[in-house]
Amino acid sequence: MSERATPTTDQTEETDPAEAADETGETTDRSADAAGETAATGTESPADTGVETGAEAVVAALEDAGAETLFGVQGGAIMPVYDALYDSELTHVTMAHEQGAAHAADAYGVVSGDPGVCLATSGPGATNLVTGIADADMDSDAMLALTGQVPSQMVGSDAFQETDTTGVTAPITKHNYFAGDPDTVGDTVGEAFALSAEGRPGPTLVDLPKDTTLAETDSDPGPAETPETYSVEEDPDDEQVAVAARAVERAEKPLLLFGGGVVKSDACQEARGFAIDHGIPVATTMPAIGSMPEDHELCLSWAGMHGTGYANMAITHTDCLIAVGTRFDDRLTGGVETFAPEAEVVHVDIDPAEISKNVHADYPVVGDAGTAIERLSAEMDRSPRTREWREQCQSWKDEYPLAYATPEDEPLKPQFVVEAFDEATDDDAIVTTGVGQHQMWAAQFWTYKSPRTWVSSHGLGTMGYGVPAAVGARIAADDDQQVVCFDGDGSFLMTMQEISVAVRENLDITVAVLNNRYIGMVRQWQDAFFEGRQMAADYDWCPEFDKMAEAFGAKGLRVDDYDEVADAVEAALNYDGPAVIDFHIDPAENVYPMVPSGGANGKFALSEDQL
Amino acid sequence: MSSEDAPDEGTDSNPGTEPHPEVPRNGMPGPSPDERPHPSGRRNAKGIRIDPEAEAEPEYRSAVVSALVEHEPGVLSRVSGLFSRRQFNIESLTVGPTTVEGHARITLVVEETDPGIDQVKKQLAKLKPVIQVGELDDDAVRAELVVLKVRGEEPDKVQAITEMYEGRTLDAGPRTITVQITGDQQKIDDAIDAFRQFGIIEIARTGQTALARGDTPTTPGEEPGHAKESEQESESAETQTGTYDD
Repeated sequence: MSERATPTTDQTEETDPAEAADETGETTDRSADAAGETAATGTESPADTGVETGAEAVVAALEDAGAETLFGVQGGAIMPVYDALYDSELTHVTMAHEQGAAHAADAYGVVSGDPGVCLATSGPGATNLVTGIADADMDSDAMLALTGQVPSQMVGSDAFQETDTTGVTAPITKHNYFAGDPDTVGDTVGEAFALSAEGRPGPTLVDLPKDTTLAETDSDPGPAETPETYSVEEDPDDEQVAVAARAVERAEKPLLLFGGGVVKSDACQEARGFAIDHGIPVATTMPAIGSMPEDHELCLSWAGMHGTGYANMAITHTDCLIAVGTRFDDRLTGGVETFAPEAEVVHVDIDPAEISKNVHADYPVVGDAGTAIERLSAEMDRSPRTREWREQCQSWKDEYPLAYATPEDEPLKPQFVVEAFDEATDDDAIVTTGVGQHQMWAAQFWTYKSPRTWVSSHGLGTMGYGVPAAVGARIAADDDQQVVCFDGDGSFLMTMQEISVAVRENLDITVAVLNNRYIGMVRQWQDAFFEGRQMAADYDWCPEFDKMAEAFGAKGLRVDDYDEVADAVEAALNYDGPAVIDFHIDPAENVYPMVPSGGANGKFALSEDQL
Repeated sequence: MSSEDAPDEGTDSNPGTEPHPEVPRNGMPGPSPDERPHPSGRRNAKGIRIDPEAEAEPEYRSAVVSALVEHEPGVLSRVSGLFSRRQFNIESLTVGPTTVEGHARITLVVEETDPGIDQVKKQLAKLKPVIQVGELDDDAVRAELVVLKVRGEEPDKVQAITEMYEGRTLDAGPRTITVQITGDQQKIDDAIDAFRQFGIIEIARTGQTALARGDTPTTPGEEPGHAKESEQESESAETQTGTYDD
């Protein structure tokens, strides 16, 4: 851990005195002065543009690529990069755990639309990032992870804090790199940053052996460009668009299904316009929450396992499903045999490998979501006749409302808490969540109106995503945008140490812990499918989260009854800094509707006896 | 329709804080699953719409897929990792450099359904070091090498079988004889069967490698390069490679 650059004497002699002083490490002040003098004399200053070490090339590449904020944790093998950050304009947010760094970077990317960047050291630092990288991979979130590595001559020797990071992360990254050359490391980092955002986004990783980052180099990174072998077709094929347009025109019960790709490609405006212009109802997937305003009459909210009954009815009965930017995850489709069983499928996606992967596409359209939708609309000579179908969808909304029972004498219902927050916040407030029952209630009972206001872990289902995501989201969000994290007791317990980061940075976030003293979704499944044998689901051993929050230096509140909700919500939202409300909710409350795993979407259960 | 943008309060999904009169104690209101209309359509396990009455288990077939890749460390592990992660049924995988410096060719034989083979090709093409992916026709030129070691008690008979399969003897001693056979998969299988009578001690098979026949590039758009320093050694026909458009 105490290793530091130990340049050989002859190398030092070739450099200017400022550098030489810097390299000794003990004389930081003097070297800063010397560097200042060099700049002041007006002589050519290499410090302004030129890099001198691999680590400086890494940092220069990040700056050139447009990165602004990094989330990370220090450590031995990444130390040279951190040292280069010392003089950089980049903001670094130290997280309590590397998993938090990865989730924060992920959420930062979701909210800002630019790739988030996280850093960790080798070995345990890198493996701690793994959950967050896998999460970003499953949700196709642009993210760059930089990991330190033991010096390359020690790679393979099971050195202290060595892990085969590129090996470990190969299956969960879009691509990863082992940067063994100080002269090209900057270009590699730039390429990795660009690649993460290009086409279908995803996480990339650059493993940085310590000798690469310590080594001298004068090779400034070039512009961040994606590699030549990575080619993306943004413009869909004319023929594909034409036949798809015919299919939509003749449909009687068309349904749009917006996936996360609509949000990621910033195609919400085109997508909404298409729905409204042609009078086609819209269901979304969970990652696409907010792509269509949920209070719009065409919007059926999100479909899938815990999606709305009306979205699932519409999916089951549509004769033409126009799916945009979705990978047909099993939590959306249920069993594929019964998914949209009578629909011709138009599938728009930028990733050809998603076409016909899970659900066969009758009309594939490969291209950027916004471009494809506009082209499809332009190609259509008429809109499908959908009046009856729209009325049918409306009647399903009336038949299957999202609702819950709230007699005053019952324990507090979590849905009530979500609605109270929704009412107390602005339309563009951001919601982050952990994973579990609370996540579903937050998705069901909040009316989302804008894209990039729903930040959650979908594909991987990572408990503990909520708090670090709130940190990342807060930093990426506009100053006047509120950030609310809904968490469960089990989920909060996994990453609540990141509250310390929110306190240190004075981040104005509100964490609403929907505490039912259970790992609630597990308990719900045990009740439904394991005869109520609640093995290891009881979480009555959790600490008092309001006091825990106070211990971290945040504001802590506790709510047990309906009449305390409004005041607590207001107090937490008004508090300038992180606030945690421990809502003690009805431990028996369950999430419905529910499509059992592999079941038919149209047969969603409304209560346990229907499972 | 298009102008009616205003949200309809009456159909808002959120009932607000008013308790819904019909909400059961532990569930949601609405007609139960068997009271709803259900469509009669069906898809098969691959998500393809089929006749609801039809049995439609997709058929497996063998496909030879050729991938042109950048010859860099880790490329083989990325490809093999992709196959194990996605549970593709892989028969063989061979790899070697091509005439273009820095490029290598990976030849895969997979046993999959048509949608599965499609996925193999698309997922392969997504890997960053992969330049081009192509599936070879049935008439492609395919070859495999096997080296096998048999007991040496009957050298004459071993020699006869080796000649029948146009093989070569690599090593012959009093106790063991080692031969090599090249050819398509069927020929190799047959040869191994024939050698069984002597008692096979050890066997090493390479797996199939293949090129498209004639002028067709093996992967789409593939441009053959020239072997290293082919300009200087242009006299030597063995080391020179041409272009498809001569």
